[in-house]
Amino acid sequence: MAGVAGGNDFQWCFSQVKGAIDEDVAEADIISTVEFNHSGEFLATGDKGGRVVIFQHEQEVHFCKNRPHLRGEYNVYSTFQSHEPEFDYLKSLEIEEKINKIRWLPQQNSAHFLLSTNDKTIKLWKISERDKRAEGYNLKDEDGRLRDPFRITSLRVPVLMPMDLMVEASPRRVFANAHTYHINSISVNSDHQTYLSADDLRINLWHLEITDRSFNIVDIKPANMEELTEVITAAECQPNQCNVFVYSSSKGTIRLCDMRAAALCDRHTKFFEEPEDPSSRSFFSEIISSISDVKFSHSGRYMMTRDYLSVKVWDLNMENRPVETYQVHEYLRSKLCSLYENDCIFDKFECCWNGSDSAIMTGSYNNFFRMFDRNTRKDITLEASRESSKPRGTLKPRKVSTGGKRKKDEISVDSLDFNKKILHTAWHPKENVIAVAATNNLYIFQDKIN
Amino acid sequence: MQHKSKMAGADGDDSLYPIAVLIDELRNEDVQLRLNSIKKLSTIALALGVERTRTELLPFLTDTIYDEDEVLLALAEQLGNFTMLVGGPEYVHCLLPPLESLATVEETVVRDKAVESLRKISQEHSPVDLEVHFEPLVKRLASGDWFTSRTSACGLFSVCYPRVSSTVKAEIRQHFRTLCSDDTPMVRRAAASKLGEFAKVLELDYVKSDIISLFTALASDEQDSVRLLAVEACVSIATLLPQEDLETLVMPTLRQAAEDKSWRVRYMVADKFSELQKAVGPEITKNDLVPAFQNLLKDCEAEVRAAAANKVKEFCENLPEDSRETIIMTHILPCVKELVSDTNQHVKSALASVIMGLSTILGKDNTVEHLLPLFLAQLKDECPEVRLNIISNLDCVNEVIGIRQLSQSLLPAIVELAEDAKWRVRLAIIEYMPLLAGQLGVEFFDEKLNTLCMAWLIDHVYAIREAATCNLMKLVEKFGAEWAQNTIVPKVLGMANDPNYLHRMTTLFCINALSEVCGQDITTKQMLPVVLKMSNDQVANVRFNVAKSLQKIGPVLDSNALQTEVKPVLEKLDTDTDMDVKYFAQEAISGKYTTLSIFFLYEVASLGPRSLLVVLVLCQTHRSTMCPAECVSQCER
Repeated sequence: MAGVAGGNDFQWCFSQVKGAIDEDVAEADIISTVEFNHSGEFLATGDKGGRVVIFQHEQEVHFCKNRPHLRGEYNVYSTFQSHEPEFDYLKSLEIEEKINKIRWLPQQNSAHFLLSTNDKTIKLWKISERDKRAEGYNLKDEDGRLRDPFRITSLRVPVLMPMDLMVEASPRRVFANAHTYHINSISVNSDHQTYLSADDLRINLWHLEITDRSFNIVDIKPANMEELTEVITAAECQPNQCNVFVYSSSKGTIRLCDMRAAALCDRHTKFFEEPEDPSSRSFFSEIISSISDVKFSHSGRYMMTRDYLSVKVWDLNMENRPVETYQVHEYLRSKLCSLYENDCIFDKFECCWNGSDSAIMTGSYNNFFRMFDRNTRKDITLEASRESSKPRGTLKPRKVSTGGKRKKDEISVDSLDFNKKILHTAWHPKENVIAVAATNNLYIFQDKIN
Repeated sequence: MQHKSKMAGADGDDSLYPIAVLIDELRNEDVQLRLNSIKKLSTIALALGVERTRTELLPFLTDTIYDEDEVLLALAEQLGNFTMLVGGPEYVHCLLPPLESLATVEETVVRDKAVESLRKISQEHSPVDLEVHFEPLVKRLASGDWFTSRTSACGLFSVCYPRVSSTVKAEIRQHFRTLCSDDTPMVRRAAASKLGEFAKVLELDYVKSDIISLFTALASDEQDSVRLLAVEACVSIATLLPQEDLETLVMPTLRQAAEDKSWRVRYMVADKFSELQKAVGPEITKNDLVPAFQNLLKDCEAEVRAAAANKVKEFCENLPEDSRETIIMTHILPCVKELVSDTNQHVKSALASVIMGLSTILGKDNTVEHLLPLFLAQLKDECPEVRLNIISNLDCVNEVIGIRQLSQSLLPAIVELAEDAKWRVRLAIIEYMPLLAGQLGVEFFDEKLNTLCMAWLIDHVYAIREAATCNLMKLVEKFGAEWAQNTIVPKVLGMANDPNYLHRMTTLFCINALSEVCGQDITTKQMLPVVLKMSNDQVANVRFNVAKSLQKIGPVLDSNALQTEVKPVLEKLDTDTDMDVKYFAQEAISGKYTTLSIFFLYEVASLGPRSLLVVLVLCQTHRSTMCPAECVSQCER
């Protein structure tokens, strides 16, 4: 996968776009999370309206120049309302229905399961198929007319007949009342029986089958809230070791905890922090160093963190600095003041790995998203836009001018649209297929087969 | 028409109608109706006859696994008792397909129930059928694509193993081995939890050759959740092996588990310590388990220390008699002494709940010399649960050294608990009052504790006042009516003139509780006049409680008092302006009790309209599972 970020092997091309084309976007339609399942056959999105949409990859055989060519499209498989707006009467607080995170469970039978969460409540959903229907009643005939009860001379047992495939989503469990603050992360443990959920100050561990109790494993709430200096921004379980998890903080640090050591993981096992460069210190240093996302590599050896301006890859065996640092949009460093004024500086960009951990992807403004090839150190900026959405059209690399003179094909920093931001992206676990959420549209791109 | 129908009915056909309804409701929209039908599945099967049950009903049920969990659970349970309905043991294998599909659903309770039913009907298979039908099913499940089916298979090996041929036995052992090293932790957990059970049905040679290696592998699994289940298996395996093999086959693994890196595994060892101790026998206990137990009592994780502390008494009891006292005095007691001042209150509280039991094991002298200082220290502990646990186990010490030894420290501890800021703590100590009173005797009680008992009657939490009322009744049962007349009745009746209506009502509640134990004389002469006088109270809640009290104490009074004194007052209350007062007056007159729910609402209402409102809001908006007394107490706070 050496050529992921603009090498010679392949180019990214447009595959599909989902969502309305209208200019005025309804708030509820804004996509708030994107997640592939473990095989990549399914892709789930959640939105601010509390809905979850699941797409299924359908293999189709196209004939292109008389040669069969395997191409797949993601089509809607199931749509359901996961969360509804609520009101906390005791605290006079509105609870938004916005889906903060979706996590798929490892498949356990023919049905599929996922966890979805808003600010307060986590739900376990089952998505299953049904293709048979029972037929034949005793008390009514085929047309639905009631039979005379006294004329029933024999008993009929219903018979199952094939019918059109129906996909059902049913809520299996609701994990509520455990978070005082807003849930920012959920992560399924590799033991397949527990998961953790993190809010601003606490991390809880749940058993997937028990909804009425959870264990608090991290609590950073100070006795006096005036002494509060940092909050938890993200947390994730190590993909192979059931006892290890990490959480990131608004101070730009990451703590790794071992659940074997103690029931309460207030004391971390490892502490990842890069010493600050005193020369670049400014008023905004602390804000931009806040980590908005942390993701383990599939191998479990590395983790990636996203702060406002960069993505860092850490080796779990080295705590004092990241092994790789990639600048996402360094040209914004001079713009921090205005980004602070329009609140953009608090945007929480997420990041993701490709299936083989050789490349990473994260979002930026102006509907730009960035990919970095870890082997070649090459990077590329692409744009998710309607204009480039021609069937199988290749995506042209974009460039933002950083110097005084703007070259041809370059975009000046001042003309970037800060309302168009790509916060959520996902990479197929096995293929070069990516899903990019741009406001209310979901773009799917894939590698062009030459 | 009418006539014709009746004719058909006379032919006996309408007897099918209820069955027809049941069959149709198997797929009603309403879950409750489906559940109802499934629960009457045997009725349906009986009506259909064995033939149609096998050919039509079971195939339909096999494909009905889309339903709600509770319906599937009921179905899985029903099928376990279906053998006769499909034609007896000869046809019992017809039940396998539906149970097989139920054994693959994702819901653990349903799967477990399906496995339970499969285990049950496996006994009804002939040895031939077992090999032809049952064993292939186990194999299918064991090699299923999804881990749900493989986990279910783990529970079935042990039931078919003893009854199959040796070739099939070899296959079963192989399948079990495969599942023990399955890719998913779910399956390894299921295998680990069934390891002990499977070991029990295996020939001893195979236990040594197969099971031990599986046990060792599972006990060093990378997943904590698998390793900790191996501890449980350790108990069963150790019981199966001859003593001389334990040291080489089991002990290395057990020692490793007791020092596992994960506190959850060590916790499991601590939690299962008594079972382990019995399984490995006295010699290994002395040499290995005593030091292991000491380490667990000193573990760095509080959860582990608490689990070990809980086992102190049982462990000491089960020590070999010849060396019991020495081991306790030299090895266990020093650790226990440290735990008394542990930093974690759960640890101290766990210890406090069992430490008193050591006195019977150690005898009078050791108790006075070594344990008493610990009891006294725990009685002064800052954490109320610790003190409570000591007090609640006083009877053990009482038998050995008598409670007087403790009374000097006991009293301040009780007084402090009685005034604790947490109402649950106050509630807990009230519940021990009758016991304490019995052990300390009436004089001590009158002198020191009586005032406390009376003070609880005017506590600001209803649950405490209620418990205090009940407490008085139990005290009177212990000390007798004469004592009541002299010490508590005057005080209770005095509260009838209290300016606070809640206290006036407490008088009534006390009278309700005390009338029977105090007897007719005291009730008629002292209590009744007060109750009657209170019927003129300005607060309606007091007045309707008068009606309720009169109904309550009615049986204790003689008919003369009822006719001349009670009846006129009830009749007066029946004309009250307040509808609730009227209602309860009528209830009392007719002698009927209200339904429980209304009774509850009025109880709550008697605490004032605001409480009622809050309770209702709480119950409705949060579907609170709190008991009413708790709700109310919280409202008051």
